[in-house]
Amino acid sequence: MGITQGILAASFEAAEKAGATRITEIRITVGELTEIQEFALDFAFQSLTPDTMAEGATLVVTTVAPSSRCRECDLEYDHDRFEMLCPVCGSFNVEPLTGRELRIDSIEAVDGTEPIAEQADDASVQTADTSEE
Amino acid sequence: MEIDLSKPILDRNERLAAENRARFDAAGVFVLDMMASPGAGKTSTILATIAALRDRYRIAVIEGDIASKVDAEKVKAHGIPAVQINTGGACHLESDMIRRAVDALPLDELDLIIIENVGNLVCPTDFNLGENAKVMILSVPEGHDKPYKYPGIFQVSEAVILNKVDVMPYFDFDEEEFTGVVKSLNPKAPIFRIAATKGEGVQAWAEWLAARIDAAKVGLGSTS
Repeated sequence: MGITQGILAASFEAAEKAGATRITEIRITVGELTEIQEFALDFAFQSLTPDTMAEGATLVVTTVAPSSRCRECDLEYDHDRFEMLCPVCGSFNVEPLTGRELRIDSIEAVDGTEPIAEQADDASVQTADTSEE
Repeated sequence: MEIDLSKPILDRNERLAAENRARFDAAGVFVLDMMASPGAGKTSTILATIAALRDRYRIAVIEGDIASKVDAEKVKAHGIPAVQINTGGACHLESDMIRRAVDALPLDELDLIIIENVGNLVCPTDFNLGENAKVMILSVPEGHDKPYKYPGIFQVSEAVILNKVDVMPYFDFDEEEFTGVVKSLNPKAPIFRIAATKGEGVQAWAEWLAARIDAAKVGLGSTS
């Protein structure tokens, strides 16, 4: 919940600064080692966005797998959330490289005068379908 | 329109943490963030630390819990100012909560604030509060395998306290393995073996903390 509040606070600030009145998409990057669950983010997002400028917006989450560098043999390797030992020399003396990301990348926003692109597209596709029938 | 942000999600927390830190530095107060699981002995360790250092430093405590003011009452009973933060469900403290708690403390009349974070080995790791140092406590009954399961907290801690060493004979705790894993996760962090409620080993930990407090004061050019 705290994470989602952080995402929304940063998004609202950026959108307002750019003169936008609505946010349609928020893109974030989350490392697996943060143990943040996408379903929990989604739940918080659905709970916090109604009656805000991000109402109905989509949250797009890019997850990053953990990787580390072994301080003993210098190997860089990917691993899962639990086993981060160096696969070659077995050392636990490793430096985490990726997996702890917690970043808001960009948002898609519109101002009052600009039509919402996605909805406009959907509407035109629907019209095309009906005319063919 | 696409608006590029490319910034940490916890940006607001980081900014408020920096503000807290500037306030602490201006007042010459050293702030310690104590993290551990529920029941690891955070409050007991804090009380033992207070007993060891209260003649040298003016100390206050900020207690973070989901509910109740049990811990703040315990600390106050020892004549130490304490503020209780109830997070109302949140599993960690954030800078904003600390800022409000600090408003209730006489900052200029303090040398050390100990923050007792919410009992949790995961979430407190990612939230900077503006502290000078994060330190964690693991207690013997929790088991020696915890650094494998929660590596993050062992990596951000400047020191690791191993509490309840007095009950070691009754538990299957492989101290050699524990020490080895902690050292490889965080080669610089000292490990202090203590039994907080008995006062065992507390002096060595307290001296480490005192050295950190004094070094920070010198860094700030404080004469007190």
